Parts: sequence; structure tokens; C-alpha cells
Amino acid sequence: MLEIKDIYKTFNEGTVNEKKVFEGLSLTLKEGDFVTVIGGNGAGKSTMLNIVAGAYPADDGSITIDGVDVTKLPEHKRAKYIGRVFQDPRMGTATDMWVEENMAIADRRGMRRGLRWSITNKDRERYKEALAQLDLGLEDRLSTKMGLLSGGQRQAVTLLMATMKKPKLLLLDEHTAALDPKTAAKVLEITDKLINENNLTALMVTHNMRDAIAHGNRLIMMNAGKIIIDVSGEEKKKLTVESLLAAFSKASGAEFASDRALLS
Amino acid sequence: MNLILNWLGTLPGAAGQGLVWGLMAIGLYITYKILDVADLTVDGSICTGAAVCAVMVTNGVNIWIAMFCALVAGMLAGLVTGWLHTIFGIPAILAGILTQLMLWSVNLLIMSGRANVAITRLKYGDKVLITSAASDIYRTIVILAVFVTLTIAVLYWFFGTEFGSTLRATGNNLEMSRAQGINTNFAKVFGLALSNGIVALAGALLAQQQGSADINMGRGAIVIGLAAIIIGEALCPKLVTNFYLRLLCVAGGAIIYWFVFQTVVFIGLPSELLKMLSALVVACFLGVPYLKKTYFSKKKKARGGKHA
Ligand SMILES: Nc1ncnc2c1ncn2[C@@H]1O[C@H](COP(=O)(O)OP(=O)(O)OP(=O)(O)O)[C@@H](O)[C@H]1O
Ligand SMILES: [Mg+2]
Repeated sequence: MLEIKDIYKTFNEGTVNEKKVFEGLSLTLKEGDFVTVIGGNGAGKSTMLNIVAGAYPADDGSITIDGVDVTKLPEHKRAKYIGRVFQDPRMGTATDMWVEENMAIADRRGMRRGLRWSITNKDRERYKEALAQLDLGLEDRLSTKMGLLSGGQRQAVTLLMATMKKPKLLLLDEHTAALDPKTAAKVLEITDKLINENNLTALMVTHNMRDAIAHGNRLIMMNAGKIIIDVSGEEKKKLTVESLLAAFSKASGAEFASDRALLS
Repeated sequence: MNLILNWLGTLPGAAGQGLVWGLMAIGLYITYKILDVADLTVDGSICTGAAVCAVMVTNGVNIWIAMFCALVAGMLAGLVTGWLHTIFGIPAILAGILTQLMLWSVNLLIMSGRANVAITRLKYGDKVLITSAASDIYRTIVILAVFVTLTIAVLYWFFGTEFGSTLRATGNNLEMSRAQGINTNFAKVFGLALSNGIVALAGALLAQQQGSADINMGRGAIVIGLAAIIIGEALCPKLVTNFYLRLLCVAGGAIIYWFVFQTVVFIGLPSELLKMLSALVVACFLGVPYLKKTYFSKKKKARGGKHA
């Protein structure tokens, strides 16, 4: 489904700020894989997702989604295949537009946008139904400005927007990190539900090891631009936070370093 | 008593001016409010519209064709700014300044090197839509009001379409727009072209209203447009989210601007000071929300500090 092949990426090449992030990163996802990604600060998790989404180009290597080589496609063309949710709740929606207007925009992802009226009453009914599934009471707030919703509500709607036009690949970059624990749990639950119902292929970055273990069918850990742990299936089910930390120091020869509460 | 009557006598003229500039401000609204860029191209493109219209009319071309060409010329100007910005990565404000400077030369070329092309009433009075004659003022006001209304209607429709909403999303959140598959560069270029097309159309009407196109007529146009938008926002309660009402407020803002302008002239303020006055008023309105914000957030921080 997704093939990341031999990616090289250096930021600010040739300056004092030069930062080599990837030197030959490869990763393949099968159809229906739900992969959780963990790793310390600066490991390159966000960069990997951004390169897959086309937010910036890789220096070398290729990205293939469902058999289509998208390496040279600009971000807005790749969006046809990819649904995204960002860490910052403000990033994923147009805050000055209404909830239904945001959904209408997501509803046309990958399609030609012409001079038809952007929302019909039929669309509105569909959006209502979809919002009702979130169980956050948003189905009555179609004409509320997105910016007036809480962070958790916005992330939930962004999730819906990322999946309502079924993507080949769903990219989640710490999409619960800015939320309080209770809301984060709720958004994760919705995430699970949407991924299972639509049978999506997904990459979910998280800084919470417990979440990484509890969700998905495969877990990878990144360090300094490399994938150092990759477990799936039965083996993943047996993982614990302790065994992961032990595996990390064995693979990297260092303590796991992150400024966030990994064990929370 | 006479004074008041005299003053009242200046109002219809101000309303006419206000409507033309209201149309211009509606064009500016597309870039300034919807796309979130300050587009300085307008200082040039308003004159381009005037020049194209004046030159074509004085060469015997039908006024409707002349105005259509003015609109297209303005759109081309917006296109250039858009390309400078999106293809060459020049910051939008600088791209606008560059195009504005180019337009200075282009406008002179259109007017064959003359700084002024008159559409004299004696010769062309029956060939133009509106004239500078005081006797025509009510006709002028009606015609301009129709232009403003039609423009608002078209924009209301356009920004409600699938494609129109991509422009709004682009101005609102670039990351989200790209992630949702919107070609944000195309949206920006299109918005700049649309905006400058409307501004040039306003320029074509302005040339008819003043009876001439003048190379200097666009100087400071963006400030007048911004003033209209700002007054319009102040006029428009926060609750009004309806797009056509907001645009109507902008047109209303422009009319108020010219009422105030005429009054100030009437009172006897030297006209050299008027541009200074406009700029200061806009600076105040733009600056006050910022000062308010910093003042309030400082207060909040101070309070938080005490609690901690
Ligand atoms: N646009 C950029 N310009 C320069 N350097 C960058 C840029 N984006 C990322 N980097 C650098 O690349 C490295 C990897 O960053 P990345 O954001 O991918 O890490 P991450 O694994 O997502 O970390 P975190 O857990 O903190 O989110 C870091 O050293 C970062 O400073
Ligand atoms: Mg990150």
C-alpha cells in the first residue's frame, strides 16, 4: 500500500545548521496496516510523514502509494490519496469557516472543484450523520465557526474530514498530544473506530508508549532517522513499556530521551 | 441655513464617489480579507482600468466593450502579481509593489505617453454610462448602485461554489487547504486576478465620473479601499456573518468615507492634508486592535504572575 524507499533528507544543506535527518530510510506498509510510530525528539517522525504527504520533497528516494509513484507529485495532488491530522488542532481546519464548510471542502478531496454550489441539503444530512457518530453533540453545530470549537472537538472533526472521503493512507502526527488526557482518550477511540470501520491503512505517531502498544497491529520505533524496532502481530501484543524501553537501549546503545512524559 | 443647504448639496456627489470606491473596496476585500494578503497592485490597476476605458472611448469604441477590456486588463495585472508571488516566491506585498511600478509604465503606454486623457462631456457625453455633470448625479448614483449590487451578487454566488470556497480556505489555512487537495497557488493567483479585475472596473467608472483618466489617480487607492473596509467592519456588527451583508457594509464604508471627506473639505481643511488624514485614520484603525491585544494580554500575564 505504502512504500517508502531509500529516502534521503538533509535540512539546510551546506550551512552551519545542516541537519541530516534520513540517510536511506525505507518502510513498507501492507493494505490495512495500522502502524504506530514512537521515537525521541528529533528522531524524524514528523519529517517522515511530511515527506510522505509531500509537504516538502525528499532529496532522494521514492514514495509509492497503492502502486502509484507519487514522489514528484505536489502536496495538493497527493492529497487525493492521503488523509491527515496534525498535532496542532488549529492546523487541520479553516478556523474562520463553518463546520459544514470545512466538511464540504474535505468531502471534495481529490475531486475537481467546479462552480457547483458547495453544500447541498443532501450533503448537510450526511455531515450531520457523520458528526452524530462522534457523540460530541456537534451535529447541531453545522453553522458554527470551526475556531469556536474546543481543541478536542476540532481534532475529532479533522479526523472525520480526513476519512470521510476514504483515503488510501491516513497520517496522524501526535494528533492527541495537545489534548487533555480524557479528551485524548476519546479522540483515540474515535480514531480506532474510523480506521476499523473504513479498513484504513494508517501511520500514527504518538509520544505515548502505552497508546502505541494498545493501538494498531504494528509498532515501529525511530531513532536518529532510522527504524530501530519493528514489531507486529502476536509479538506486538506481548509488548510492554518496560520491554520496549529495554529494546530501545539495546538497539540504540542509549537511554530513551524525550522531553515528554512517555510513561504517562 | 445656507451653509447647511450647501453642505447637503455636496452629499450626492460624495455618494457617487463613495459607490465607485465601494466597488473598488469590494475588489480589495477579496485579497485583503479573504486571501489575507495586502495587494498593492490596486494602486496601479485602478489607473489601468481608467486608462484603457478612456483611451478606447476616445477612439470610438463602445463603452461596454471598453469597460470589459478594462476589467480584463485589471485581471492581467493581478495575474502578474500572482505569478511573481507563487512562481517566483516573491512575498505578496513586494510582488504587488513590483507590478504597481510596472503598471506605471504600462499605463503611460496605454495613454500614449500622456499623463491625462480627457473624456470631454461635449464630445463623449452620450457615449459614456456616467458623467461628471452635477445634473446627472442621480442617474449616476443609480447606475453605480446597480454595478455594486451586481458585483456583490456575483461574488456571493462565486464564494459559495466549490471552487470559490477553495479561495476562502486558502486565505484561512494554507496547510489545511493543501492537505485537502486544494491548489493554493492557483487559488491565490485567481483571487488576485479577480480582485484587480473589479478594481480596474471601478477605475473605468471613475474615469467616466471624473471625465478623465489620470496617471496619478491610483496613488493611495489602497488606503481609501482599506478605510472603506475598516469603516464597513465597524459598521457591521460582529454577528453579521452573511457574506453579502458584509460586502454591502464595505460599500457603505466607502460612502461614509466620502461623506466625511466632503465635509472636511467643506469645512475648509486644505486638500493637501487629506491624504495624510486618510492614512492616519487607517493607521489608527489598524493599530488600535493590536494595542488593545498587547495591553490586555500583558494585564493577564501580570495577574497570572501574582497567582503563581
Ligand atoms: N523545516 C525544517 N528545517 C530544518 N530542520 C528541520 C525542519 N524540520 C525538522 N527539522 C529537524 O529535523 C529533525 C527531525 O525533526 P522531526 O520534526 O521530524 O522530529 P520528530 O521525530 O517529529 O520529533 P518530535 O517528537 O519532537 O515531534 C530535527 O532535528 C529537526 O530539528
Ligand atoms: Mg514531530
